[in-house]
Amino acid sequence: MTRFAATFAKPETALVAFITAGDGDTAANLDALVAGGADVIELGLPFTDPMADGPAIQAANLRSLAKGTTTADIFAMASAFRARHVEVPLVLMGYANPMTVRGADWFAAECAKAGVDGIICVDIPAEEDAELGPSLRAAGVDLIRLATPTTDPARLPAVLEGAGGFLYYVSVAGITGLQQAAQASIEEAVARLKDATDLPVAVGFGVRTPEQAAQIAKVADGVVVGSAFIDIIAQHGDAAAPHVEAFTRSLADAIHGAKEIAA
Amino acid sequence: MTAPQTLPNSLRTGPDDRGHFGQFGGRYVAETLMPLILALEREYRSAQADPAFKAEFDRLLKDYVGRPSPLWLAQRLTDHLRESASEGFGAKIYLKREDLNHTGAHKINNCIGQILLAKRMGKTRIIAETGAGQHGVATATVAALFGLPCTIFMGAVDVARQQPNVFRMKLLGAEVVAVESGAKTLKDAMNEALRHWVANVHDTFYIIGTVAGPHPYPELVRDFQSVIGDEAKAQILEAEGRLPDMLIAPVGGGSNAIGLFHPFLDDAGVEIVGVEAAGEGLDGKHAASLAGGKPGILHGNKTYLLQDDDGQITEAHSISAGLDYPGIGPEHSWLHDIGRVRYEPVTDAEALASFQKLTKLEGIIPALESAHAIAAAERIAPTLGKDKIIIVNCSGRGDKDINTVAEALGVAV
Repeated sequence: MTRFAATFAKPETALVAFITAGDGDTAANLDALVAGGADVIELGLPFTDPMADGPAIQAANLRSLAKGTTTADIFAMASAFRARHVEVPLVLMGYANPMTVRGADWFAAECAKAGVDGIICVDIPAEEDAELGPSLRAAGVDLIRLATPTTDPARLPAVLEGAGGFLYYVSVAGITGLQQAAQASIEEAVARLKDATDLPVAVGFGVRTPEQAAQIAKVADGVVVGSAFIDIIAQHGDAAAPHVEAFTRSLADAIHGAKEIAA
Repeated sequence: MTAPQTLPNSLRTGPDDRGHFGQFGGRYVAETLMPLILALEREYRSAQADPAFKAEFDRLLKDYVGRPSPLWLAQRLTDHLRESASEGFGAKIYLKREDLNHTGAHKINNCIGQILLAKRMGKTRIIAETGAGQHGVATATVAALFGLPCTIFMGAVDVARQQPNVFRMKLLGAEVVAVESGAKTLKDAMNEALRHWVANVHDTFYIIGTVAGPHPYPELVRDFQSVIGDEAKAQILEAEGRLPDMLIAPVGGGSNAIGLFHPFLDDAGVEIVGVEAAGEGLDGKHAASLAGGKPGILHGNKTYLLQDDDGQITEAHSISAGLDYPGIGPEHSWLHDIGRVRYEPVTDAEALASFQKLTKLEGIIPALESAHAIAAAERIAPTLGKDKIIIVNCSGRGDKDINTVAEALGVAV
């Protein structure tokens, strides 16, 4: 069973936590996420031009690059994480150019070697799958696709073709970290997606508090939180880990208990 | 017998149905934008088949923009270059006067076409990115003409160094957003415009200013700009009774260049030269994506980009804000790779010298972008015979650049 399958087979909803690699003490923050109860880790590959990200993650990207973070550094962080945490699924999330610059086969092989379970690439839609998808699938790394409020039913099968791991529902038409979608629209969308796929559905964009996360957790298989962690790291710098762990625990408690409360 | 020959292997049929020119182009956008990009393509196909769309486009170009723009024989420049050339050398130089268009550059051709598409799609807001402000002014102009609210994204550094254009846009009724991210120039303005678009796809049309971005933008911007080459072809046949031997145009994103080049791509006897901004020189800071970059993915398309080994985009530099971009339109990347167009670098210093030379010899103040092409013509014309003909795209006027030039020359204005 893959790490994703094992994680999403659990009865409670999963907390999917995002931080940007190389921003703050990444190894300590990753450990704090796991200690606090995060079920899936998304590690952001910094990019000079993060077009889909709001101000918080943009700034995290630039802080990381300003410190000289390289792709090799990130694979080293991933390998070390895998050695410390054998069972927690690890996703790399980022943009197409850093993933394809040395060739998709190279990137896929490095992911497999480092114990990375899945990839989210913001700017490779289904139409350009050939750029990265075949190499990842050949290497046994899941390509996690994004569905959005603008993904209409006619398009959805194309989005799901070749998708793996889980389906990431971007709940607002917008950039990361800003507004939150109405609960009713999320519930409607998740129901529609789950009709179309057996993949677990995780919901993200604009989720910042345990209360919001608990609401979404009642209907989704996973809840993604990113910018709120980035804000903590921006505030506390290299000493952010205890704060990250405490916030993770508050989210995890809310999310993990949500379905029992709902039942 | 003299009818234009349609080559069996035409270079003018691209892109393919997935928006690719060879390995370049494509649609590398966030899923949120993908349905809108597909809708835009459908609308463009319907507009192409609608004679009323073409009639309205042509009417606006003629009566509002002031087309056709003249093809001017630059006799004094030609004579001047012949003085330093060997006996019998020194090609004849014509200028395609896009600087005489309403708003002072070729940019307006594309804006007219795109706002007509926006209207067809029922979009009620316009956004655009701008570097020097020329595309921003052209977009704000058509938004005013059509009565649509308009937001222009401009890097904060460019806002500071292009105040007259910022004021023009505001006079035209546009909101100008100073972008504070990254290096605060054109690339960052484009990032911010894309972010805004993702959040406002339901009512907003993004008028991209060059032949870049996701398919179908590189194709439709090229088509709207091809009026430049179509006119130039008719005008040179009228003036000289034959096609030119060479075309020269400056290339940032490359919309004026592809507009001039595209109608000539299948005319094998016409040599084509694109001019990249070499800034301080290819060893220093520059904006020559073909000479100094490699293929990658940015802003919705695959194309040559200035980048490091990890695929991080590096900052471009050119004295010309319109060329100050680390990428190039995907069709140019393809034309470069197949060898149909030759791309040459011209430095800031060479462009500055040609800016002054053309102004003094012809009484035409060219945009710094256009001055790059003039500089290439000055380099090439003396190596060609007197019977040869070159058409240079004078893509814009240089009034916007006088402060930049004065500063570079150490003159207080």
